[in-house]
Amino acid sequence: MTTPTAAKTPAAEPQRIHAIPVRYPGRWISAAVVVVLAAMAANALITNDTFGWPTVGKYLFSEPVVRGVGWTLFLTVTSMAIAIVLAVTLAIMRRSANPVMRYVSWVYIWFFRGTPIYTQLIFWGLASVLYPVITLGVPFGPALLSMDTNVVLNATRAAILGLALNEAAYLAEIVRAGLQSVDRGQFEAARALGMKEGRILWRIVLPQAMRVIVPPTGNETISMLKTTSLVLAVPFALELQFATDAIGNRIFQPVPLLMVAAIWYLAITSVLMVGQFYLERYYGRGFDEHVPKRGRRGRQSAINAAKTTPELGAIDDMGRPIGGGV
Amino acid sequence: MSAQTSTAPMVEMTGVHKWYGDAHVLRGVDLVVQQGTVTVMLGPSGSGKSTALRCINQLEEIGAGSIRVEGELMGYREGTKGGSPALYRLHPRQIATQRARVGMVFQRFNLFPHMTALGNVMEAPVQVLGKGKSEARERAVEMLSRVGLADRLDHYPAQLSGGQQQRVAIARALAMDPDIMLFDEPTSALDPELVGEVLGVMRDLASSGMTMIVVTHEIGFAREVADQVVFMADGVIVEHGPVAQVIDAPTEQRTKDFLAHVL
Repeated sequence: MTTPTAAKTPAAEPQRIHAIPVRYPGRWISAAVVVVLAAMAANALITNDTFGWPTVGKYLFSEPVVRGVGWTLFLTVTSMAIAIVLAVTLAIMRRSANPVMRYVSWVYIWFFRGTPIYTQLIFWGLASVLYPVITLGVPFGPALLSMDTNVVLNATRAAILGLALNEAAYLAEIVRAGLQSVDRGQFEAARALGMKEGRILWRIVLPQAMRVIVPPTGNETISMLKTTSLVLAVPFALELQFATDAIGNRIFQPVPLLMVAAIWYLAITSVLMVGQFYLERYYGRGFDEHVPKRGRRGRQSAINAAKTTPELGAIDDMGRPIGGGV
Repeated sequence: MSAQTSTAPMVEMTGVHKWYGDAHVLRGVDLVVQQGTVTVMLGPSGSGKSTALRCINQLEEIGAGSIRVEGELMGYREGTKGGSPALYRLHPRQIATQRARVGMVFQRFNLFPHMTALGNVMEAPVQVLGKGKSEARERAVEMLSRVGLADRLDHYPAQLSGGQQQRVAIARALAMDPDIMLFDEPTSALDPELVGEVLGVMRDLASSGMTMIVVTHEIGFAREVADQVVFMADGVIVEHGPVAQVIDAPTEQRTKDFLAHVL
């Protein structure tokens, strides 16, 4: 066994290795292939007049298109917000000790996942025909308040409701997976501290589950962005896809206007991806290598810096540090 | 209850049985732990010592018998039904309240990974006892200093060594001002060179008069601090008494065999 003093003896500066690196010709070949293919694709897009790039430029920031972008964003954000709240509720119900809650949640998810979103949107659009008046009151008893369904459930609200209720069913399963991913020991530790179930869920389990929940939820949000184009079924006719289609049909140039829509969807998706990156980083705190405020720092370097391992010879035969200590 | 507190032992397990399905893991455990004493539970793995410990704070529901902490029946309320005595299961909220005064330290630390050391220690005083943030913080700093981690307040568990994490876990339990501390193999998941720092903290805690029940394989620790050593095998307490009796002069063959393996 080497003694600590032997390790401290200054030695001659070791000769560093200057080896010739391994060559990877495959990387250069693949890069060349990709560059050629990209150039071909760009050429095909630019030289084909059918794409009508001047027309694309003309309508990209035109008023109905920009308003369509606004509506698409509004539908995406509001329906996702409602869906997330509903999904967390449904996921918690699925795990409830109360069998009624579990069953209700299961039936909800079964129904809303099991029927097409398009059908559901048509239904919400037809709701005012099926039930012209909405009444609040005692079930099977006297009415306290009556409202015209057309007013309460206008096209915008029907669109948001339809998208949100459907999305909640999918998100509920994502949230459930997230809750299941949290170690059992976390519940036990929180219980042993005397925390009540609701607090454990809210303070301990859900924040850790978010790490698992956020990436697929980002995926769902991006998917929702494009699902909004289905609200035509309600019918709701102000969002991006409908706006560009309308212009394209009017000027008999559908392709350039499809490009306008595609460019906007791509741009919004890119922005959403940036948001997702920061959300993932926030909920990854304490888990991942990167830790806010402290910069990148591996676990081992943290341990080394903490100097938990006593110097050799500073422990007695019972494993106690000699001198100082705790 | 207050009338009983002064005279009742800290923990009193009477005829405790526990089944997991058909597996009969505790077969009538009787154990008395007096206030201010340290009890070390030894025994081969699978002997039921961890289960017995977890029953005390209701992490496991017992199948038969009773457990009292400071005279108070854990998990049930004694009442009558149709004129004859009956046990009423307590609501989870009431069980949570009972647990709050029993501190527990786990083999795998179970720190909350999304909170700093300080956050971990502050959590229960704020959420369970309803203390103010600044008061809880002050107390948390005090507890973390006590376990020698005053300079690690803002570290996340992943940035701490195993020994440091376990010390945070001890501070977290202590911040609730428990009447008794349960340790479930607190050093078994640690690298050998980190065991000493955790045992050091536990030794200090014992000398401060804390009532402790420790499930461990550290015979040296038992020798040093235990007022009572309990040897368990096959779901029963085979032998119990002071160190000089159970470790130095065991009478039961199973105790002798076990000690021959670990010493």
